[in-house]
Amino acid sequence: MHHKSLTNEQVRTLIAKGKLKDTLFQALGIIFLAIGLVVIFLLVSDMIMRGSERLNLEFFTNFASRRASQAGILSAWVGSLLVMTVTAFAAVPLGVAAGVYLEEYAKRNWVTEVIEINITNLAAVPSIVYGLLSLGIFVYAFGFGQSILTAGLTLALLILPIVIVSTREAIRAIPAMIREGSMAVGATRWQTCRYHIIPYAMPGILTGVIIGLARAIGETAPIITIGALTFIAFLPPLPFTEISPGVNAGLFDWLMSPFTVMPIQIFNWTSRPDPAFEVNAAAAGFVLMAMVLTMNGIAIWLRYKMRKNIKW
Amino acid sequence: MQIHDNPTLKAEARNLNFFYGEAKALKNINMPIYDKKVTALIGPSGCGKSTYLRSFNRMHDLYPGNRYEGEIRFYPDNTNLLSPEVDPIEVRMRVGMVFQKPNPFPKSIYENVAYGLRVRGENNKRVLDDKVEHALKGGALWEEVKDRLNDLASNLSGGQQQRLCIARALATDPELLLFDEPTSALDPIATGAIEELVHELKKRVTILIVTHNMQQAARVSDYTAYMYLGEMIEFGKTDEIFIKPSDKRTEDYITGRMG
Repeated sequence: MHHKSLTNEQVRTLIAKGKLKDTLFQALGIIFLAIGLVVIFLLVSDMIMRGSERLNLEFFTNFASRRASQAGILSAWVGSLLVMTVTAFAAVPLGVAAGVYLEEYAKRNWVTEVIEINITNLAAVPSIVYGLLSLGIFVYAFGFGQSILTAGLTLALLILPIVIVSTREAIRAIPAMIREGSMAVGATRWQTCRYHIIPYAMPGILTGVIIGLARAIGETAPIITIGALTFIAFLPPLPFTEISPGVNAGLFDWLMSPFTVMPIQIFNWTSRPDPAFEVNAAAAGFVLMAMVLTMNGIAIWLRYKMRKNIKW
Repeated sequence: MQIHDNPTLKAEARNLNFFYGEAKALKNINMPIYDKKVTALIGPSGCGKSTYLRSFNRMHDLYPGNRYEGEIRFYPDNTNLLSPEVDPIEVRMRVGMVFQKPNPFPKSIYENVAYGLRVRGENNKRVLDDKVEHALKGGALWEEVKDRLNDLASNLSGGQQQRLCIARALATDPELLLFDEPTSALDPIATGAIEELVHELKKRVTILIVTHNMQQAARVSDYTAYMYLGEMIEFGKTDEIFIKPSDKRTEDYITGRMG
């Protein structure tokens, strides 16, 4: 083999060429990034500008109304909040348990392999399919009706893969030596999970849960499929308050209540012929986005708070 | 005969073979472990000394596809630690371990030491306080941490963390303590402190230590075993092994011609 060495001059030209490409690529990256950000910025600011005249306290405390200027999102944001609560209470225990089982207990064989592939697939199933499934199972077979419970469980199924996957990833990030350190003093697998694996994975799990919830709160299709109402002028019964003369609501009566949620309210307003409702839709859109951003903010803050003390 | 020439047996490997799946990592090992003595395992990387060490607390059971053959007899009750009828958790309750890299839990100093006791169902605050103090003294760490037991263990230096891990293992009064290259991640001063501690600890516990540092083996151990390619080449008193090894391969390794 014949090696020819380069002169200093040739080396410099080579470097200059490489650097030029470097700069070009960097510039291209910045341009594309800017396009994306500007589009988002325009969309959001347009929404805020169009909706701003409706963003006042009444907007949050009024029910839906035939008159755009008096219509509010009370039933929608309360509905969204309650549905999210059900979703979280259903998806977190199920998802975390499934993730811990798959990582810490399950033997590696074809059965777990099939389960793993299916979890990944479930994350890609269109949300309306979950809606159809729930209509059949929760609404009719279980008789939960078109209730907050049904909606919460439907969305819980939807985000279950996200919770499972983030649980597993958080567990995998825990070094083997921590697990071994626990087992070496005579701990059982469950003690190791209970005192170490689950607490140390918690920041990652919570992040996954909140990202899942942020996705769920914007879901429209499955909620429409199970038959959420689009026009609703009452709130679910508060526990122990009087719902009809002499009758108090039970602790869980709100679960079976009809409801509406933010995206449905927005969808409803955009489909009205009166253009005044578009202002409402824009304002509600902004509120929904603020809700999602707040959730993501909480996720980031929680992760930071909890990770501070977890060092290997 | 002097009394330490006739030590009692604490454990004994008998025809021990070990397999990672198909690969045979330990080949027919026979070796005694004497009570309240320090036994060092030396040999080049990959010779199976850590594999051998981790058989004593059934650490291999945590991973699928591992298989033991033969026995490790544990005295005075003459239990076979490797028997399928013996629960590995029970084995680990009797045999403690200190790892290569300090691995304190991301919890307080106190909780790290108390963990083994909590696992055994001990929740009485006074008992825990007492045993934690005793264990930290045993780990030669008490004086340095007694005023900040609730601090995170991760705030300690590497050497302190390793002594904390020793205290964690001591808290449950193990009969045998395994050290897997405990000083390989530490600086010379921290290493010196650990070696001194090992010397102190053999008064109360039997010690089996893997080390890649032959000076360390010579300094801390009473007995030394030289392993090579999964085989036990030579076992004997440390003085004898280092002064006049009987096997050519041991001599080559010790004199630095190999390894």
